[in-house]
Amino acid sequence: MSDKVLMKGNEAIAEAAIIAGCRHYFGYPITPQTEIAAYMAKRMPKIGGCFLQAESEIAAINMVYGVASTGKRVMTSSSSPGISLKGEGLSYLAGADLPSLVINVQRGGPGLGGIQPSQSDYFQATRAGGHGDFRMIVLAPASVQEMAELTVKGFDLADKYRMTTMILADGTMGQMMEPVALDELKVGAPIEKPWATVGTKMEREHNIVNSLFLDPAALEKTNFERYDRYKTIEENEVLYEEYLMEDAEICVVAFGIAARVSKNAIDEARKQGIKVGMIRPITLWPFPVAPFKKAAEHCKAFISVELSMGQMIEDVRLATECKAPVTLCNRVGGMIPSPEQVLASICEAAKTNGGAN
Amino acid sequence: MRNFKRITLLCGHYGSGKTNVAVNLALHLRKTKDRVAVADLDIVNPYFRTKDSRGAFEDAGIRLICSEYANTNVDIPALPQDMYAVTDDRSLHAVIDVGGDDRGALALGRIVEPILAENNYEMLAVINSSRPLTHTPEDTVEVLREIEGASGMKFTGLVNNTNLGRETDADVVLKSVSYAETVSNLMKIPLVMTTVPAEIFPQLERKIDNLFPLELQKKL
Repeated sequence: MSDKVLMKGNEAIAEAAIIAGCRHYFGYPITPQTEIAAYMAKRMPKIGGCFLQAESEIAAINMVYGVASTGKRVMTSSSSPGISLKGEGLSYLAGADLPSLVINVQRGGPGLGGIQPSQSDYFQATRAGGHGDFRMIVLAPASVQEMAELTVKGFDLADKYRMTTMILADGTMGQMMEPVALDELKVGAPIEKPWATVGTKMEREHNIVNSLFLDPAALEKTNFERYDRYKTIEENEVLYEEYLMEDAEICVVAFGIAARVSKNAIDEARKQGIKVGMIRPITLWPFPVAPFKKAAEHCKAFISVELSMGQMIEDVRLATECKAPVTLCNRVGGMIPSPEQVLASICEAAKTNGGAN
Repeated sequence: MRNFKRITLLCGHYGSGKTNVAVNLALHLRKTKDRVAVADLDIVNPYFRTKDSRGAFEDAGIRLICSEYANTNVDIPALPQDMYAVTDDRSLHAVIDVGGDDRGALALGRIVEPILAENNYEMLAVINSSRPLTHTPEDTVEVLREIEGASGMKFTGLVNNTNLGRETDADVVLKSVSYAETVSNLMKIPLVMTTVPAEIFPQLERKIDNLFPLELQKKL
């Protein structure tokens, strides 16, 4: 049996980053993710790493750009309003093909919103992290153990594809405490970074890290090349969990805290004889299209359970090609759907679409 | 159970379980004391406050002294306006729930002088070896020394609150006793109690000295 420790989700992210070899953290405090910065402030000086509280979120993301240029593993973290501030930096990181890990422990919005959990930055993370054509790999943990595992995975993917990975968590995931087996974390083999700006030693041409291309043909070429890489990611890096989907006639779709709530509701619905299962996307981009294509063959209805006004639901409709109705079960503003609310949505879908036995 | 001084201060590492211990200790004290108060001086964490247990306190007739902003999502490090009742009203038995780490202990600066002057207090360190930054006795002592530095007070005893959340079992608690005894030796202060979830209490009652059942869990 492994030696478990009791950690907050935020702390698990910080320790997992250190295990993954991250020695540079730049951030600015904001609830509900401040424990990441607090933990890094305590740990980094002891292991020869750098913790720096930047003067703003914008400064922090540009410090990430600087360290990423040298090929070192680097991360920043924030919560919703702070991620908006980082938007410009995220675009520059994409334009310069730099690997980095960015954590968003979401809170209710828009604006300053509140400090309770939310999933309403789904569009921002999967569609519009900043200006220009680019993607981020977006990972959605649903337990403290996964907060740690996906952080390690996030660094590996960022290096492999030279891009930003975002952990899209929420206030619940950040604040909840669960046992974690840190010794089970597997860090991938180091990836060569011949592009890093670490000095030529007079042995090679200069490496240039840059997102400015004044020649439109050259700029177009970088975009096409980047999207070829994205295609490889869509083909190879999709992660999801299926729960009781073999015979499901109703499919619940949820990630993060919403998936935990939904699991309880599904167990209860199964007791009532309703054939319901769940697809839990773990990569929000790339979105797991294949399991939805399969599910659309035998499911009469889909229910997207979200802490937003309905954002992932668009990806569900695209993935199922609208072969079955998709309804929304949601709470927003820092509220979390109860298992009873999800159960009611399942019962309603069963009644409307004949999923009940 | 032993006699407690008029004021019991609970300090420790962030997430060591101070609030949960505070709630349980206050309910325990109320069995023998007429006037019991819980004072929440947490300036670190806007969530998971003693206020979560206000229903239990009301039922038991325990006074709750906490910032009006606790649990309101107003994310500011405010202290309760009636916190001086703890030191002014010597007929109260008070359990003081202090925020985590040295940063949380800074809040004690406001009341340290009258507490020391009255000299009828205990300052207990709540420790949990399952927390990664207090995993070893040496790491734990380092955190406790930082708290002493920030608060201007010295610990007088230890509460071994080692737990793994929902996965806490008898083995986890049993194994933690030698850890707590080592911290006790290094700090030269007594191990006042070891806590255990109430449902495991019968299994360990005869195996661990000064075992204290935690009956109430904070809401998540």
